[in-house]
Amino acid sequence: MRIAVLSGKGGTGKTLVSVNLAAAAKISTYIDCDVEEPNGHLFFKPENIQEEEVHVRIPKVDGKLCNGCRKCVDFCKFNALAYIKDKLIIFEDICHSCGGCILLCPEKALTEKEKVIGKIQKGASDQVTVYTGILNTGEPSGIPIIKKLLNENKPERNKTIFIDCPPGSACIVMESIKDADYCILVAEPTLFGVHNLNMVYELVKLFNKPFGVVLNKCLDGENPSEQFCIEKNIKIIGRIPFDSALGMLNSNAEIAVRKSERYRTIFSFLLEAVKKEVHHETTSNS
Amino acid sequence: MKIAIPVDEKTLESNVCVSFGRAPYFLIYDTETKESIFLDNGAAASTGGAGIKAAQTIVDNKVNALLTPRCGENAANVLKSADIKIYKTAGISAKKNIDDFISGKLSLLDEIHPGFHGHGGN
Amino acid sequence: MKQLLILSGKGGTGKTTIASAFIKLSKAKAYADCDVDAPNLHLITKQNSPPKKTDYYGLPKAEIDIELCIECGQCMQNCRFEAISADGKYKVDPFACEGCGVCELVCPVEAVTLKPAVAGELLLYTDGEKVFSTAQLKMGSGTSGMLVTEVKKQMKSAAADVEFAIIDGSPGIGCPVIASLSGVDMVLIVAEPSISGISDMERIINTAAKFGVKTAVCINKFDTNMQNTEKIENFCKGQGISLLGRIPFDLDAVKAINNGQTIVDIDCASGAAVKAIYSKTMELLFEEGGGLRS
Repeated sequence: MRIAVLSGKGGTGKTLVSVNLAAAAKISTYIDCDVEEPNGHLFFKPENIQEEEVHVRIPKVDGKLCNGCRKCVDFCKFNALAYIKDKLIIFEDICHSCGGCILLCPEKALTEKEKVIGKIQKGASDQVTVYTGILNTGEPSGIPIIKKLLNENKPERNKTIFIDCPPGSACIVMESIKDADYCILVAEPTLFGVHNLNMVYELVKLFNKPFGVVLNKCLDGENPSEQFCIEKNIKIIGRIPFDSALGMLNSNAEIAVRKSERYRTIFSFLLEAVKKEVHHETTSNS
Repeated sequence: MKIAIPVDEKTLESNVCVSFGRAPYFLIYDTETKESIFLDNGAAASTGGAGIKAAQTIVDNKVNALLTPRCGENAANVLKSADIKIYKTAGISAKKNIDDFISGKLSLLDEIHPGFHGHGGN
Repeated sequence: MKQLLILSGKGGTGKTTIASAFIKLSKAKAYADCDVDAPNLHLITKQNSPPKKTDYYGLPKAEIDIELCIECGQCMQNCRFEAISADGKYKVDPFACEGCGVCELVCPVEAVTLKPAVAGELLLYTDGEKVFSTAQLKMGSGTSGMLVTEVKKQMKSAAADVEFAIIDGSPGIGCPVIASLSGVDMVLIVAEPSISGISDMERIINTAAKFGVKTAVCINKFDTNMQNTEKIENFCKGQGISLLGRIPFDLDAVKAINNGQTIVDIDCASGAAVKAIYSKTMELLFEEGGGLRS
């Protein structure tokens, strides 16, 4: 079962929920797809780390073959090429690796080389296997890293996998939830929270994913996100109370489930609720 | 020599455009013939790499110096490869900047900002 | 126009809450929300009239004309983004398509064309003397530095004579942040005392330094983790960055926001702290010859 955890904005508790659910499940896999700002590893502090580089293919030019026809310069929609003083210049950080210039070059002066855009780290934290995707600063897209992270774990359908998604509803989030069996939307109890929840709600609806909401930082009194769920008939799978001790553990990058019985109970309940939902979805769909 | 300035409008009285890569037009001024022409900047609507494409236009028009309020690092690399000097504009009038350049009052642009790395809307 | 940009690195640190308070305190006549992925500022600054809307076009997307398509499969084989599928008919997944044009290039029968695609919407509110520029990126569109640039441009052209503007920046450390940084006079970073918040703050400070923009820091919810608050303060002292104050965690702030008020509209501890930070920010922003920018 693959469970994606997402939120419309950073700071709502997406990492808190996915890290603690993975820890509560004891034997599980945690995948951090927030490749621009991966934080999950700060909590898990995984050991025995194996690293693998992630590459994309970018063009390189053989100056002897290039005749300066500029077909590649004109074709490139990303403006990653320039032809200056009888020389082709390639801007590697602008290139989207579409391969068009190579297909196009009549002189076969362009070939491909591999370029490192980031890496994947795999490690262990107790019985949780922790995968972290890290995008190098300045690279245009983290999607190749997410693809690799998720493909690596594809065959293992029977494992319990938690996917910590990037914030927002951009294409990179779509890539992260593509193969998920269930989505957890984490929401804050504020007016801002509702607006951001609505964005991811639209996203999971578009992709036809079964989903439920976890209300984080719940206080006494009214909760606009809760009202939103009731209005839209969205399943609320759990509530995490606002609690300064939990906030303290979290801000020190500690896993609450592993530090206190109280939080172990809260997240174990949440995990059971999620499992029940996933089970319900898979049986009703088959 | 030929100098180029990113401008908002097609007149000598125009303001200097705050952006190089996404300026609507370039004013190309020849200091010897005192002729000026205006080029449409085809890069203005690019979602990414606008600076590179704009710099290519400047190079192709055999310009010797660019006067601009700022310039990204990719564009600066293109211009550098073509030995085009980049000067920092002072004040907003294109005309006044030309005069200041001719009388040697403009200094070279030394702060090159990191580019936007082609994060277009895809 | 003097422009103050409010940034945070990590999301959820209270950037918009503070930006809205600053707008209220300064009676700002021009402001913008550059968080185009998840704009929130409009929820708390009251607008009396509907906005002027403009479509924002990103990169074009490929479209296959199935009348012309001979199902040769060239486009699908050559697409690096797995954007073309062929269950029965060939079609393009607009969310995966990056608009590179390779499919158009390889199609032997010209069945593929690149069509302009709306990637978001620019909104401009002009209420009497006030100008508020914002935007919303469409679902599935990539982060866009260019839309951020458009939001700022829209604000500037609508409020050309205004002396002072407040910009609510984009979260993260990527390209939209760089786009929001360009051309501003000062950055106020809203930091949060958490391990992950600190690492993001350091990256933002480095980026702002590259642009030579005057930078100051304030710490929100400082009392939720004193140890980390001290870490932030020591870091700033070491780097010579102005610390403008601490804001306490305050349940009243949540109440104010949920009532559609800013935290300086009600009498509360966080509001009082923000007022003090506001005066210091203004002092620094308008300080003679203080900035690196001319």
